[in-house]
Amino acid sequence: MARTGTKRGGGRGARHSADAPPAAVGARDAQLSAAQRLELYYWMRLTRSLEERLVNLYRQTKVVGGLFRSLGQEADAVGSAYALRPDDVLSPLIRNLGSMLVKGATPVEILKQYMAKGDSPTRGRELNIHFGDTKRGFIGQISPLGDMVPVMAGVTLSFRLRGESRVGLVYVGDGATSTGAFHEGINFAAVQRCPLVVVVENNGYAYSTPTRKQTLAAQFIDKAIGYGIAAEQADGNDVIATYAATKRAVDRARRGEGVSLVELITYRRKGHAEHDNQSYVPAGEIERWERENDPITRYLARLRDEGVEAAVLEAIDARVASEIDEATDVAERSGTPDALDALVGVYADPPAERPLWYREGQGGVVDVHERPEGWGTYDAPARGAD
Amino acid sequence: MAEITYLEAIREALFEEMERDAEVFCLGEDIGAYGGAFKVTDGLMAKYGEARVIDTPISEIGIVGAAAGAAHMGMRPVVEMQFIDFIANAYDMLTNYVATARYRAFLPCPMVVRGPSGGYVRGGPFHSQNPEAGFVHTPGLKVVYPSTAEDAKGLLKAAIRDDDCVLFFEHKYLYRRIKGEMPSGDHVVPIGKARIAREGRDISIITYAATVYKALEAAEQLEREDGLSVEVLDLRSLAPLDDDAIDATVRKTNRVLIVHEDTRTGGLAGEITARINERCFEWLDAPVLRVTAHDVPLPYAPALEDFVLPQTADIVLAARRLAAY
Repeated sequence: MARTGTKRGGGRGARHSADAPPAAVGARDAQLSAAQRLELYYWMRLTRSLEERLVNLYRQTKVVGGLFRSLGQEADAVGSAYALRPDDVLSPLIRNLGSMLVKGATPVEILKQYMAKGDSPTRGRELNIHFGDTKRGFIGQISPLGDMVPVMAGVTLSFRLRGESRVGLVYVGDGATSTGAFHEGINFAAVQRCPLVVVVENNGYAYSTPTRKQTLAAQFIDKAIGYGIAAEQADGNDVIATYAATKRAVDRARRGEGVSLVELITYRRKGHAEHDNQSYVPAGEIERWERENDPITRYLARLRDEGVEAAVLEAIDARVASEIDEATDVAERSGTPDALDALVGVYADPPAERPLWYREGQGGVVDVHERPEGWGTYDAPARGAD
Repeated sequence: MAEITYLEAIREALFEEMERDAEVFCLGEDIGAYGGAFKVTDGLMAKYGEARVIDTPISEIGIVGAAAGAAHMGMRPVVEMQFIDFIANAYDMLTNYVATARYRAFLPCPMVVRGPSGGYVRGGPFHSQNPEAGFVHTPGLKVVYPSTAEDAKGLLKAAIRDDDCVLFFEHKYLYRRIKGEMPSGDHVVPIGKARIAREGRDISIITYAATVYKALEAAEQLEREDGLSVEVLDLRSLAPLDDDAIDATVRKTNRVLIVHEDTRTGGLAGEITARINERCFEWLDAPVLRVTAHDVPLPYAPALEDFVLPQTADIVLAARRLAAY
């Protein structure tokens, strides 16, 4: 049971004792080829740039609901998802845009989804990154936290019952570990020896609540003892360390050794959503993480140290930029949903509900679809308005 | 006196009740330093401290269960659900434990569970729900759902003082859109009493929460375009229902339309229709009609959400059918 305390930045959260710089995990130890190491950079850059594009669209009121960022958490999302095989299944949480991209979600899908387009993955039914595709191997979350842990216990139970060599991975935040669903799900999976990896992304805050108000456990991996499962902690802002720790857990699961809990230490640099002004964060904390522990900055430095040419990295940036531009054009051209599609697909049979009698023959009765400011939630803009 | 919003009225009630009774305390997710997702509890922790304004882990079962235990001991907990959709996580605790406590074990549960409810805000399937019907169906729980700022304050104060568990639904679409002038003094609105939001003679619209305003809009249009005099009854309390007020408006207009934002099947309109049939059948000149949401989960896209939810035009159309019957 590896327990490498790796916290950097500091000043928040549960009582992590290790403020020392992380023990470097060599790329060779993680058995990643040069091409794979560049691919990790591509996914992280794509995640960040795509979210930056979404911020622009949000400010243009083209994003209908709230916008949720994973700024500063790109490494933990990308590195962990990268440890899976194509036929494995993950269930992301709200900061796991990067994980979904690695698993095959496309920028145009993400953009259409946020913009509530009729041909978005959920056809306008669900918000933000709440969508999935079992073929590509990701299952969409719902807003109540922890619920995906028992669901992924069942997904991985099916792998075991059918004798398939597949693994599941479910993300929870520090907050979701406080839910009943988390406890029941991880315990069920443990007892059933399901091939499941539970990734706890400890980013310091659940909405405004700091980790010390979420748990008195000194670290989340301590919870694994109570479930009788393996656990490992890694520096979530080091994409290689994240990958390596998750890969070990995935390998254990595939070997039939059951559930592992992987705690990734990271930091949420933006608010819960764009409307959240982070007034509850101690002064200087965000800036310190940005300055000292940005996962992309750190990884770029590492790649340069390993001899990767600047031109190679610039080419990746250019590729990301053009992919996002192209995806934005496509997404913006998409239309809004047909109102009657609202009635389709509640059940397999019947395939659609009938419109209520006063709506028979009508596509809709509202001329202007109001867009409430700030999605109903409210916060005065104060800081972080970049 | 200056007008305050529906949201500020709720906040005012919390401040006044915490001031009045040291047994009152609040607990919920992000309600303290942050002041809650919608800022309803803004300033409460600064005034009453972390002991009486408790930021909890994300644990709805734990929050509601702990409130019940403290209530057994004579305290008056006020629980916030960050979004009322998450009350589903505490469904077992509320329906199996809290609702039965007085009856089976003579244990009082004087507690309030309150939270932002309702749609028209592009919140999608998990930030827009109206889950009142399941709780109205559960004996042992009281349910209120105000539409005005005055009632939001007065009903919350009544709920906190009630000796049983009261679920207090707040409509998030109304939070900052609706304002009202607070009556002076200790303003308490009794639970179980409806309110006539508009007097009329020809048709009664029975409704509650955000659709009160759609009914009022429809009533104005019907008066202007059809010369119809429409009465709007705002239920305010869903459990118990104000049967006397329902009977009175049925006997007055003899034509009834029930409107709610909740889905149709198993919604409150069915229960109210049954009560009218039992108590006032001979007073009816037309079948009772209802305008509700379609029976689908609430979608996110504006065109979809607006199609699923009841709109003013639906109420106008249904009222015309009633008038012509």
